[in-house]
Order: sequence, then C-alpha cells, then structure tokens
Amino acid sequence: MTSNRKTSTWRQAPEFRLAIIAVVVFAFMGMLSPERFLSEQNLTSMAFQFPEFAILALAITLVMMTGGIDLSVVGIANLSAVVAALILTEFAGPDLPMQASLLWFGFALGASLLIGAVAGLLNGALVAFLGLPPILATLGAGLVFTGLAIALTGGSAVMGFPEVVAVIGNTQVLGLPTPLLIFILLAMALHLLMTRTAFGIRISMFGTNPLAALYAAVDVKGMLLKVYMLSGLFASVAGMVIMSRANSAKADYGSSYLLLSVLIAVLGGVNPYGGYGRVIGVVFAVLSMQFLSSGLNMLQVSNFARELIWGALLLFVMTTNTTFWNTFRLPLARHKK
Amino acid sequence: MALPDPGAFVSMMGVTKRYAGVTALDNVDFRVGAGEAICLAGENGSGKSTLLKILAGVEQPTEGVIQIDGLQKDQLNPRLSAAAGIMVIFQDFSLFPNLTVAENIAFACQLTQHQKWFHKRDARTLATVALERIGVDIPIDERVESLPVAHKQLVAIARALASEARLIIMDEPTTALTEREVRSLLRIIRMLKDDGVAVVFVSHKLAEVLEVSERVVVLRNGCKVAEGPAEEFDTTSLTRHMTGRDVPEHPPNRLIETPETLMQVRNLNKEGSFHDVSFDIRKGEVLGITGLLGSGRTSLAKALFGLVTPDKGQINLNGRPIPLGDPIAAASSQIGYVPEDRLTEGLFLTQSIIRNVAIGRLDHHDKHGFLDLPALVGDASKWSNRFKVKTPYIEAPVQSLSGGNQQRVVLARWLARAPLVLILNGPSVGVDVGSKSDIHDIIRSLASSGLGVVVISDDLPELISTCHRILVMRLGKIIDEVGAGTVTEEELAYKLAS
Repeated sequence: MTSNRKTSTWRQAPEFRLAIIAVVVFAFMGMLSPERFLSEQNLTSMAFQFPEFAILALAITLVMMTGGIDLSVVGIANLSAVVAALILTEFAGPDLPMQASLLWFGFALGASLLIGAVAGLLNGALVAFLGLPPILATLGAGLVFTGLAIALTGGSAVMGFPEVVAVIGNTQVLGLPTPLLIFILLAMALHLLMTRTAFGIRISMFGTNPLAALYAAVDVKGMLLKVYMLSGLFASVAGMVIMSRANSAKADYGSSYLLLSVLIAVLGGVNPYGGYGRVIGVVFAVLSMQFLSSGLNMLQVSNFARELIWGALLLFVMTTNTTFWNTFRLPLARHKK
Repeated sequence: MALPDPGAFVSMMGVTKRYAGVTALDNVDFRVGAGEAICLAGENGSGKSTLLKILAGVEQPTEGVIQIDGLQKDQLNPRLSAAAGIMVIFQDFSLFPNLTVAENIAFACQLTQHQKWFHKRDARTLATVALERIGVDIPIDERVESLPVAHKQLVAIARALASEARLIIMDEPTTALTEREVRSLLRIIRMLKDDGVAVVFVSHKLAEVLEVSERVVVLRNGCKVAEGPAEEFDTTSLTRHMTGRDVPEHPPNRLIETPETLMQVRNLNKEGSFHDVSFDIRKGEVLGITGLLGSGRTSLAKALFGLVTPDKGQINLNGRPIPLGDPIAAASSQIGYVPEDRLTEGLFLTQSIIRNVAIGRLDHHDKHGFLDLPALVGDASKWSNRFKVKTPYIEAPVQSLSGGNQQRVVLARWLARAPLVLILNGPSVGVDVGSKSDIHDIIRSLASSGLGVVVISDDLPELISTCHRILVMRLGKIIDEVGAGTVTEEELAYKLAS
C-alpha cells in the first residue's frame, strides 16, 4: 500500500514532468541542428554558461520557499564581484607572482562572501524586523547594492587580475567545468539543507503557513534572517563565477539574470507562495532553460526577443501552475473568525 | 425528492453537495415560506454552512433543484441571490469598519442599482428609513468600528432590509449578544416577520431563538435528520437530534488538593483587550475561561503564550517570571498553546502529519546539524498513535484529516514537548461529537498527570464537564469565578450574558 502510493506520487511529482521537459527540449534542439547543438564544443560551452544564473536561481529558490523573493541577487553578485575585483587590481594586479596573488585571491574571495552575507542580512532585517514586503525590500536593497557598485567603480569595468582568478571560470576538475562543479556542490548542499535539517523543515513549514509557524513557537525572525543571508552568500558565489569568467567585474553585469533565475525557480516547481519546492526540479529547469537559450542562439534569435520569450514563459508557467498551487493555499472565503 | 411547494419563497429539493470526495450535503429538502422564521440547527460540520452558502449563491450544488418564487434557478451566484432578496448576515457581519453607518447600509443597495456615483444624501435617507423600519436609533454618521457588537448586527440587518431582503439568513446571531440584546433582536425579528420577511437562524445554540421560530430543521452529517414545528423541540431534544446520541459527559476528575501553584498571573493588562487580570493555576488543575465574543478571552489566552504583549503585569511559572510577549520564550518555559482557529493558526495544511507533529520538537532530533529522520518519524508516529489520529498514511497532508483528527495532531505536537501548562483555546470547535468527548478525556487525563490546563471556550457543557474552576470575563475583566461542581449550565449562561 505504502510503496504503491510512493511510486504513484513519484510519477505525479512535478519534478518528473520537468525532467521530461528538459529531455524533450534537448532532443528538439538536437534534431533542429544536430551538428551544432550536439557538438562537443557546444555542450562544454553550455556547461560553462549556466552555473552563473543557476546559482542565482538556487538563491531565489531558497527565499521563495518562505513565500518571499530576493530581487537583489544580481545586485549583490555585482557588488561583491566589484569589491573583490578592486582588491585584486589594487593589491595584486596581473604581474604578481603566483603565491602572493593566490593569497590576495583568497582574501578577495573572503571579502566577497562577507559582502554577500552582510547584504543578505540587510535584506533579512528589512523583511523580518521591519516587516517590509520582500519584493519591495529586496528591490530597493538591490538598487542600493548596484548603486554602491557604480559608486565604487564609476560605472566602468574593473579588470587586470592575476592569472589565477581565471581558474574558477575556465578550468575543468575531474572532467567537469569548475563552475558546474560549484553549482553541483551548492545544489546538493541546498538539497540537504531543505530536507535534512531542522532549519530546512522550518523554512517549508513557515512558507506553508507563517502564522502557524509563529504559533508553533518557531523563531520566525531568526529564520528569515538566515534565509536572506544564505541567499546573499549564494549570490556572491555567483558573482565570483561571473567575475572569473568575464575576467572583469562591472556594476551592471548579468542584468538579464534576475528574470531568468526567477523564471527558473518558478519553472522548477517552487511555489512562489512558499512552502513547496525541490532542488532537483530547479536543476531540471536550469537545464531546460540552457538548452532553450542555446537553441535560440543557434537559430539567431535576438537577445531582446529572448527577454520577451522569458517573460512570456514565466507568465505561462505561472498560469498553468496556478491550479496546482491553489490546492496548497488556504481557503480565501472564510467568514468565521 | 419532495414535490415543489407553490407557496414557498425558496425551496431546495434534493440538494447534494460534494467536495472532493466529501459529501457535505446529502439529498436535503429545505423550504422557506414568506414571513416564516426557521431554525437551522446542526453541529459544526453538519452541513449547515454549506446549505447557507448554496442559498447565498457562493457555492453551487452538485445535484438538486432550487426554486425561488416557484421559478427554477439553474445557476445561482451571489448577485442573483441578492437580487432575489436573499441576504446572509455572517457572524462577523461583513461590514466595512471604516465607513459610516449610512454608507454601510446604502452600499449594497446602491451597488445592485448599478449607481456609478455615491450620493451622500440618498444614502442617508436610505439608512434612516431602514433603521426606522426596525425601530432602532443609531447615529447614522458614526463609523461602524466604534459601535458595540449588537449595533453592528442591527446595521447589518438594516443593510439587508435596504436591499429589499425577503429572506434574511443569520449565522450564529446570538453568540456575541447579552441577554437584553437578544431580547431586542427577537422583537425586531417579529416585526420583520409581520412585514413578510422570512428569517433563517443558523446556529448550534438555539434555545434563545426557538420562541420566535415556526419551524426547526436539524442537519447532521449532511443529512436532514429532523424537521417539525418549533413547539415540539426543546434544548434536550435538539441536542439529541444534532449529536445523534446522548453523549454522557463526565464531571471533571477530582482535583487532588495540593497547594502547589504552577502558574501565577498578576495584574495582566492590555489596553482595549483585558484589564488587571490576576489568577493562579495549580498543578493538575483545569481552569476554564469563558466570556462572550469580544470579552477579551482570546487576547488573554494569547497573552499567556506571548502572542499578545500586555502593557503591564507579570506571569510566573514555578515562581520564575516569564518574559511577556515572546512566544518562543513561553514555549521554552514549557507553556503550550493550541489555537482557536486550527486551519489558519494551528496547522500547516499541505504538509504531512509527521511534519505537523514534529515541528514542535525539531531541535530534539538535531544530531550534529542534521535531523535524525528515522527517530523523528518514529517519535511523531508514536505521538499521533497515542492520540489515535485516524489516518491510513502518516505522510498524508494534514488537510486530509477530519476536524477532530486535526485537533489531535495539534495536541500531539504540543504534548510531545512535555509542557507544564497547556492553553487550549476552543479545544473542540469544529470537531465531531465522538472526537469531542475523546478530547475531553484527553484534557482530564492531562490534568491527572499533573499539567495545568487552561480551557478557553464558550461551550458551557464543555467547561462544566472538564474544568475545576471557571473564570467569567466581560469587557476585558474577570467578573466572576465559579467552582465547576457548583454551577449549572443555565446559571453559567446567565452569568455570561447578564
């Protein structure tokens, strides 16, 4: 009885559908132009590309599980990258010997993660203690972070790093591109966090019913602080990957990533009202989006049209999923107190 | 299926309503004549709210026929129902607290007339006429939020009349009224009946309205189980029909006479909610707190668990003060709180039964940062078995359970934490009769094991059968304290409403 139910829920799970979608998109693009899409070069280049926004999507997934959203991830990524880049160009520079530049690189990485955590904490404080709606708090904070990055750089790109910086974005470890490896590690960590820790369970319970979480004596404020802080940390990791791949940092890199990563989280089955989401679903959504994006690239669809497609896709997915989510929401028409 | 009745204003024939597998109404015939007053009685979950929603056009019946004025209506919606003169007054009256009396009364009427502009003078005239019709004098420029509860109800009635109501359905009309206010409500009902307006009372406490009613209809588990002239019913027979059996209520277990005080509440005060409240709870004692809706009982209950921050006062547990207004501190000092509204405050509806139980004890299962999942599942299933939560499948979402089983889940969550004091706000609201007496047994056995239990309720038989002492609240003050053994239900009802 129990095992029967489990198999049927496994097949009915939205993640199963997402896996099929990813395979179908891949097969479709492969058929459209087998010699280009399926070439080793294209596959490798995709594996180097998607971790940037995939890590941002993980950050948004985490926050979305609480029913909130973090619109400042790109701002945080750029601010932390700009700070790291300034440290590297100021103290290291391209001509420094290997060991010294490694040291400075480590320091820059630490500073960047610290900036991510502090920026996330700021978001968390706005949401948890001042009770601001997450969408507005993080939108405002995101503009502040971007503004700080512009103020630090005057708006131009910071470049001229020691060679070691390029390692993150351009090498392979055990046959896997380093950015992909970072993404896999972060995804696994997030999966464990959500399913195996008290903190993760509290996140999905809070997302299901914030009031009941308060009544069940969950430390709601502390939990929100940690969630936004982690989101900021993830964003700064994404910032490091972007910096290393571009071999520069700029206040307005990756501006199209915000919409894309929200889209991926929603496409990945995360309930934007909170309470439900699985990392594996987000991974499938990332793959689908990357296949689609590369495919559109090969078909020479312009970048502007792509934003339009992403937006329309987001609305479409939300509309088709609404019936599913609605079963997860409280009845609205309640008359008795 | 009954034959249509040509004289009736509204007849429902063979109406059935199913929600995803649950039959809320099963082949029910219900007829209201012009100027007739009917009591629609039933426990929580008996289907009376569903019937009311179908009449109001909010829900569509799965099967069955509805006729209004002898004309068959295939699809009712809220606007059609209102246009036919069917008005529902919900328990919270659905008024706009920030608008004036006149605006509230005129609003619905002007809306149905498709007026695009608001005419202040028309609104005032309309309101004055409607209020005169029920013979009450309420300042029409007053904002509704500043009115007492009884006046809000009158405004809701006047609003229904202004929209030319022919049938007024009142949901739990007397829960928040004092005895004198109930009297004047009954006088108004009689006037309405003389005007040819029909009234349906929906309630589980009907003694007060029996005298103005012609007919009583009793629902149980979605079926009509009794119907007849009001004279043939009294409180006892109504209860029997509603519950389907005579449920013997045990008196509370005898309190072991120990002087040991568990919790002391001193001069607890919250402006606008409760004033200068002091009481003690001893080990093994069940303390009842009762009062009408709006008497401050719920705010007080929440304040004991830190969900409401009092401006003054002190709470001591075992002689040590507990920080006020901090639910986490309250929980870690081993106070538990089972909220009044299970669905919005108590449960995580889409999450599994296991998680709903385990959320209270996550830290206990934390081993080096990771949860010991087998232990957590084992622990949660142990507690839900102990409270006989009926489910084939403990991974099932808690929303798949019945009200009684849901309440057991919340109880299990708190009792797994081994509390010293457990606060139960409305422990058996929306729970079927069988579960209700089980929950009462649980309360008794908790007290016997040395817990201090606070039961906040307006269910008088429940209080009398579970509590050793009952505090009566009115307007935020404790006005009386009665030993449960010494008071009858009627005396308690009188103290509450006088």
